[in-house]
Amino acid sequence: MAEIRNYTINFGPQHPSAHGVLRLVLELDGEVVERADPHIGLLHRGTETLAETRTWIQSVPYMDRLDYVSMMCNEHAYCMAIERLLGIEVPIRAQYIRVMFDEVTRILNHLLGIGTHALDIGAMTMVLYTFREREDLMDVYEAVSGARMHAAYYRPGGVYRDLPDRMPQYEVNKFKNANTVRQLNENRQGSLLDFLEDFTNRFAGYCDDYETLLTDNRIWKQRTVGIGVVTPEQAKAWGFTGVMLRGSGVAWDLRKKQPYEVYDQVDFDVPIGKTGDCYDRYLVRMEEMRQSNRIIKQCIEWLRKNPGPVIADNHKVAPPPRERMKANMEELIHHFKLFTEGMHVPAGEVYAAVEHPKGEFGVYAVSDGANKPYRLKMRAPGFAHLAAMDEVARGHMIADVVAIIGTMDIVFGEIDR
Amino acid sequence: MSPKLERLSQVLREVLGDRLRSVVIDRGEVTIEVAPENYLGVAQSLRDHADLCFDELIDVSGLDYSAYGGDAWSGKRFAVAVHLLSVAKNWRLRVKVFAENDDFPVLDSVVGVWPSANWYEREAFDLYGIMFAGHPDLRRILTDYGFVGHPFRKDFPVTGYVEMRYDAEQGRVVYQPVTIEPRENTPRIVREENYGDVGHG
Repeated sequence: MAEIRNYTINFGPQHPSAHGVLRLVLELDGEVVERADPHIGLLHRGTETLAETRTWIQSVPYMDRLDYVSMMCNEHAYCMAIERLLGIEVPIRAQYIRVMFDEVTRILNHLLGIGTHALDIGAMTMVLYTFREREDLMDVYEAVSGARMHAAYYRPGGVYRDLPDRMPQYEVNKFKNANTVRQLNENRQGSLLDFLEDFTNRFAGYCDDYETLLTDNRIWKQRTVGIGVVTPEQAKAWGFTGVMLRGSGVAWDLRKKQPYEVYDQVDFDVPIGKTGDCYDRYLVRMEEMRQSNRIIKQCIEWLRKNPGPVIADNHKVAPPPRERMKANMEELIHHFKLFTEGMHVPAGEVYAAVEHPKGEFGVYAVSDGANKPYRLKMRAPGFAHLAAMDEVARGHMIADVVAIIGTMDIVFGEIDR
Repeated sequence: MSPKLERLSQVLREVLGDRLRSVVIDRGEVTIEVAPENYLGVAQSLRDHADLCFDELIDVSGLDYSAYGGDAWSGKRFAVAVHLLSVAKNWRLRVKVFAENDDFPVLDSVVGVWPSANWYEREAFDLYGIMFAGHPDLRRILTDYGFVGHPFRKDFPVTGYVEMRYDAEQGRVVYQPVTIEPRENTPRIVREENYGDVGHG
């Protein structure tokens, strides 16, 4: 009888379903995975050590580039860590803006997550629809910060500036004629909040559309039901958080359990799964988007009624407004010191975590009283999820590995840091 | 201080007793320090004791204290900070352990207690050179294949030692000593105690 040997193959790092630069060494027995050994670090940029060489505020834009599909949530954890070290309060309006943009970010992330997950396992159409909606939300990002993705909008002490009164509009060019531009600009006549409200009204219908494409789709269910089952005990042992934990039926959400900002003021539900397979996690993500939509609506309503400052008044931490800086010597000195030397953060250590769309994103910051962090450690949710790849994928078919990567919602910016 | 943190620190004192070196409550977080020889036992109790119930290990972070506060640091150089979370009790804890030997830091591995520690310990080994005794698979994780040194140590330059480029003559990627100079735009400054206060200046 011929000798039968296991087959070892490289999955990635340039495989289109590897979500970036995952190199997965798979040991196969026929088509069944015996062992999966993820090799990570191909996107390692040393963000943590780079942050040690820069002032606290200079590292804010680095945070966007960690998980590059949920930019503002990363900034949020970082700014919260600094605020806790300094012991400063964030104005209430800034807290509502942060919650609103966290939820916008959650929708952005889940749209990409579900879209690419479906694309990876054969449902091409999904990604086209979800990217259409992402476009609107990225316009919201752009309107508020000037950047479609890497916003650097959250700052220690609040947010960079108040919401704009006018939504940027399309202009006629050689690709778009006057008629098209008029149609595109129809919902951009008012402020940013008007545009976002229009989006939230439309979004529930979009979610229904996605569900008609996937939820009862026979092929989608064949590829996801019973795949990558994680029991609650396993999920906790492997350090899972977020959807990966909730999909297994553990009711754990930092927004409810350890509320930060104004999450205790808004009304929303936390969906949990039953069986802990890929299909349950898909359903949880769908419902989370609807709940995020609900939170955004409440924030819009509050923000319309309550004007106020959006960044702390402490000019050792947050820069003074530009008009005042131009007219006042004191403010000029503050501005100059803040952007050359930076803020001084009292010695101590703090761990600030937020409910990131992928799980618990935490920043462990150690300060020795200098103008730069002494140590900054980012706790990326995807890191713990991918670490369990070997055990989740064992015994599955090689094609299911793709489904598991998709359901883990892996993004290499945060895993490799 | 909230009653919850008060209760947590009290339970910690009762359960761990003299295995604790210190309990610090700062900025709403509890930090305990334990000796390296007690580390594994403490980890076991933290997970299994019914009043503590730390069922999830959230993060393991290596630390290099050699440049802390200028050169003022007199304690041990390498430490590990473990962040724990109890889903059942809804509380968090930070456990810090300093490695005894500065030249060859070794700590017990807690993979047997919390499987999620696996990759985090590999990361601490890779970036700080902290060894974990009893770890099943202590390989490098984030740095390049064949990387030399531990890049997050304070004596490792930010620019590194080697750079990589494509050599057209040899038709492959080659490593060579770095050609860029390290530079620092903003110097690191530690100011007097109350410098950042609102009322000051």
